[in-house]
Amino acid sequence: MSLTVSNITKTFTKFAALSDVTFEAEPGEFLALLGPSGSGKTTLLRLLAGLDVPDSGAIAFDGDNFLALNARDRRIGMVFQSYALFRHMTVAENIAFGLTVRPAKDRPSKADIKAKVESLLKLIQLEDYGKRFPAQLSGGQRQRVALARALAISPRILLLDEPFGALDALVRKDLRRWLRRIHDETGVTTVFVTHDQEEALDLADRVVVLKEGRIEQIGKPLELYRDPATAFVFEFLGANNQASGTLRGGSVDFGGFSVPAIVKGGSEGAVTARFRPFDTQVSRSGPGFPVKVLSVLPAGANLRLELQGDGGEVYETQHAHDADTSELKAGDTVNLLPTKVYVFA
Amino acid sequence: MTASAPAQPTNGVPENFTPPHPSLHTNRVLPGFKVSLGFTIAYVSLIVLIPLAALAARPWEHGWAGFWSVLTDGRVLASLRLSFVTAAAAATLNLFVGMIIAWVLTRYKFPGVKILDAFVDLPFALPTAVAGIALCTLYATNGWVGSLFAPFGIKIAYTPIGIFIALVFVGLPFVVRSVQPVLADFDAEVEEAALTLGASPFQTAVRVILPGLAPALLTGFSLAMARAVGEYGSVIFIAGNMPYVSEITPQLIIIKLQEYDYAGAASVGLIMLLWSLVILAVINAAQLWLFKRGRA
Repeated sequence: MSLTVSNITKTFTKFAALSDVTFEAEPGEFLALLGPSGSGKTTLLRLLAGLDVPDSGAIAFDGDNFLALNARDRRIGMVFQSYALFRHMTVAENIAFGLTVRPAKDRPSKADIKAKVESLLKLIQLEDYGKRFPAQLSGGQRQRVALARALAISPRILLLDEPFGALDALVRKDLRRWLRRIHDETGVTTVFVTHDQEEALDLADRVVVLKEGRIEQIGKPLELYRDPATAFVFEFLGANNQASGTLRGGSVDFGGFSVPAIVKGGSEGAVTARFRPFDTQVSRSGPGFPVKVLSVLPAGANLRLELQGDGGEVYETQHAHDADTSELKAGDTVNLLPTKVYVFA
Repeated sequence: MTASAPAQPTNGVPENFTPPHPSLHTNRVLPGFKVSLGFTIAYVSLIVLIPLAALAARPWEHGWAGFWSVLTDGRVLASLRLSFVTAAAAATLNLFVGMIIAWVLTRYKFPGVKILDAFVDLPFALPTAVAGIALCTLYATNGWVGSLFAPFGIKIAYTPIGIFIALVFVGLPFVVRSVQPVLADFDAEVEEAALTLGASPFQTAVRVILPGLAPALLTGFSLAMARAVGEYGSVIFIAGNMPYVSEITPQLIIIKLQEYDYAGAASVGLIMLLWSLVILAVINAAQLWLFKRGRA
């Protein structure tokens, strides 16, 4: 194991930021800490960096007790949400900083530092920007400089706090691919914090889902998506609908029709069933909840419907553009049939 | 001739419309640009520029020769040297001490920090003559502090050292108040970044925080220096006003006025003004350079 976090608890004056958090990261793994704001994900990252101290628990890296080392000596590369670049230094000086502050006996020669800076500038595709100041760069470029600065010290782990938080959607997607490529090239164990499920699922080898300071589930993106352990994970990972029914023998009976269920907890009887927008069918005459079409919107290869049930509840569904749905328009009345539902404790 | 498409009015503005004075028709938040600009220029002229122009017009009563004789007078030169050197020295000390005080006031929470913070403003608030008398009492050879140094043959009051102390006193708030807000706003993540990159606290202070404070420090220094050069009230009591030794330039101007030598007083004033402008220009140039480097 490269990074081992065991039973970490951290309490701030008013609330428990983290309780009993345990997980591990393999060498070279790309791990996401995913959770809504207030879930403790940034606190956890700061504990890994040594910028905060946990109340109890242990953090080890390659057998070293990390808690016995302060932030200076852990040799972690941290990329802050605000990038935290030194604005009076040029891009090249920023990147070289971690090398130039080393004591004389460990410091690489001037020529070595220059070579290292140049190779990093090449890696972040900003070869001609070494003499610029951070204020003269765009958000995405600053982000890349912050990453290069962190990589310059050959970190044992790379920690990224909301790496794409401050960027617009287009740049974000681009940088995401690029970051993944950098990770695959450098092979450094990376932990990043995000509140964006799409980003976590898209980028990470494994995702740690946090809720109110506790780990809800750890798994590969596809595992999380196919096999969510709790209602929170199910809801946090994407759009979803709810409906009340009765669980009986592995199926949920919605009164008149029943649907096969993936049961993650709860007992036979009245339950709340959850289903994804694309695990549904709409028809004019088949079984299902009678619903009225509120809107029909194109969503890429799919058609996105907003539907309203008799009791006022709103469902969101997605369907292929096929003969059944192409005729639909707002105001139509159809039947909505979930094809797969989840039941959680 | 080819048929052109009919003119498309955009936002109701006719196609051929051009604003009568393009430069004055930019979208500004505050209305009345012309009025406010006019007022600003008139006011600055009236309050600042015209009196300075009058000062520049005054010294020529005895011609260029009269001005030159004042300019090369040993007593005048000695007073100028004293005024500017002690002012610069006092501003330099204030630069370091003021930075430390600003650091303590923003970075540490301890009982009494608010009171300490309020004390920093005292040199602003106190009438300078009051400060002068207080300092004089304290630093005279029979005063609390002066008597401690007297046995070693060190005289503070009535020497340039006394002037220096008075100027340090009046200049202190300028540096503290310039640096304080910048330090309070300093991004904590920038310091943490330096830490994670392996910088020692000393390296972080010298290589990361200090350069970030440089523009504010320079502002504080120039304000403290400007105040010190012109300071009169608190200095005359403690200076002793010995020609060639402890006579500051403002004091010399007063003496010339009392002798009805208005041209001479204006000459000295003009020289002082020119020197101040040169120093201000240098500091502004440095400021601009710093500004261009670091800031967005």
